Amino acid sequence: MRTLVRPAQYAALGLYIAFLGFPLLWLVSASLKSSGELNSLSVSLIPRELHWDNFSQALERQGLVRSASNSLVVALVSTALVVLVALPAAYALARFRGIMRTLGTGWILVSQVFPVILVILPLFLILRTVNLTDSLVGLTLVHTTYTLPFALWMLQGYVAAIPTDLEEAGAMDGANRLAVLRRIVFPLLMPGVVATAMFSFVSSWNEFFFALVLLQSPENYTLPITLKMFVGGEGKVALGPLAAGSVLAAIPSIVFFSIMQKKLTGGLLSGAVKG
Amino acid sequence: MSAPAVTRPDRPAPVPGKGLPRNRGTMARARRREAAALVLPSLLPVLVLSVAPLVVGVLLAFTDARLVRNPEYQLVGLDNFTRLVENGFFWESFRIGLVWAVSVTLLQLMAGMGLALLLAGDLKLQGLTRVLALIPWAMPPVVVAIMWRMIYSPNAGPLNASLGALGLPDDINWLANFSTALPAVVVVGVWVGMPQTTVTLLAGLQQIPGELHEAASMDGAGAMRRFTSVTLPSLRPIITSITSLNFIWNFNSFSLVYVLTEGGPGGKTMLPMLFTYLEAFKNRNIGYAAAMGVVLVVVVVVLLTGYLWSQFREEKTR
Repeated sequence: MRTLVRPAQYAALGLYIAFLGFPLLWLVSASLKSSGELNSLSVSLIPRELHWDNFSQALERQGLVRSASNSLVVALVSTALVVLVALPAAYALARFRGIMRTLGTGWILVSQVFPVILVILPLFLILRTVNLTDSLVGLTLVHTTYTLPFALWMLQGYVAAIPTDLEEAGAMDGANRLAVLRRIVFPLLMPGVVATAMFSFVSSWNEFFFALVLLQSPENYTLPITLKMFVGGEGKVALGPLAAGSVLAAIPSIVFFSIMQKKLTGGLLSGAVKG
Repeated sequence: MSAPAVTRPDRPAPVPGKGLPRNRGTMARARRREAAALVLPSLLPVLVLSVAPLVVGVLLAFTDARLVRNPEYQLVGLDNFTRLVENGFFWESFRIGLVWAVSVTLLQLMAGMGLALLLAGDLKLQGLTRVLALIPWAMPPVVVAIMWRMIYSPNAGPLNASLGALGLPDDINWLANFSTALPAVVVVGVWVGMPQTTVTLLAGLQQIPGELHEAASMDGAGAMRRFTSVTLPSLRPIITSITSLNFIWNFNSFSLVYVLTEGGPGGKTMLPMLFTYLEAFKNRNIGYAAAMGVVLVVVVVVLLTGYLWSQFREEKTR
């Protein structure tokens, strides 16, 4: 009986690995198959021959590069804005107590369970009055706003982990608050800032719903929207390039997670919630 | 929700004001001003682009606003809501949303618990599993949907091919068939959401002191008994919070199913968020759609309060 436990555990682990990993492998494999092979009835995970053309075809495809660069700009600018705005606020949230802190953490929690559908309608109307619908500027602002709560939550966890003694020592040495922040707090906060920035970047890069509602002209599309447009009319020819484009779109998150993997399993969550 | 949220807090907020005693007087006032100055830059976008829209959104629900160039709308009182009560399609979509959210949440919990228990043990291949368990979480939902459309593809898809190899029916159009579409999207929902549940449960498992398990073993408890009387009770608060959050996220989910099926076939996967989106941006009835949004939020809040209340009561009677 006891000897059977190990094999059973490995069998279960194998099933999990297959369930989680197979779709990823299949996508990569499809991105390397020729259209002939993709449409043939003999289906195999390993491509008969590696067909890199899909990637160049995906990139040549009208709109894909353009929308990837749109996505990049929106993600970079909103990441910069999020960090810039969240840094002081996270400090305040972690260090000051009182009504603001209560309201702040309350809002962060509410925003996590926010029904975006209720917000998107008026948001669309508000942005339209200032001509920011169908605009990357508008989308950047929206991404910034909706990434902010969790970024704040992450960052304030990192701030709270810095012992206040350090700051007090700095203050004793005669440094004013700004100098304390600049010389003591921010350098120690760098890992937290990097993690928060990566999180914001991936959130914006992946975001679909706001982009779908706000952007109308194809030259403004972000990558997820362009990929979605290919889906509707995925002819048989388009399958390989579509898979290739999808692989390219998934790269930032995969890079993100290979860097963050240890931290995440180790306790990004617990680190981020330390009050 | 589809909006930016790769990772989320898994615990309720710490009780504010519990640490330091509140200072009073001018020092405190200066500190408050300082805090206000630090918070202001993030308060502004949040107020303009998030709080204001929410308030306006609720107000819209009482108007007959339409999404046209020069909108003229008037207050219509509860008209939208009385119309909604009789809208069978809305309630059908609501029912589908509940089935989707409950089944995805439960399956995420069960599958995530199994994986977390395996990962907490001393098996090999854990590194690989951990990486694999995290990737789905951060992938763009559109890419996930495209990927699973390929898996489910009726002609050259690997799922049908494997079924065929086993001698089973291999011509099922998973996402277009009335009876398979909803289960098929549920599987994708589980695939996406399981990693986070697993990581959260794993963090909880690692916090359980080893002595508890040892003590239970000494008392002669088997693996199953240790799971039900040590592991589960210790994880209880985490399970409660992760299932409530998962339920809300799943109920509010949009992008994945929108790209997988657009709510089809015949509305069989029409999640309430898709239904509301179509009412607002295809039929252009934003007042009516806002009323749907309000109803959805209220019902979710009521359901959740009930669930948390029951958990809380059980906790107390233990």
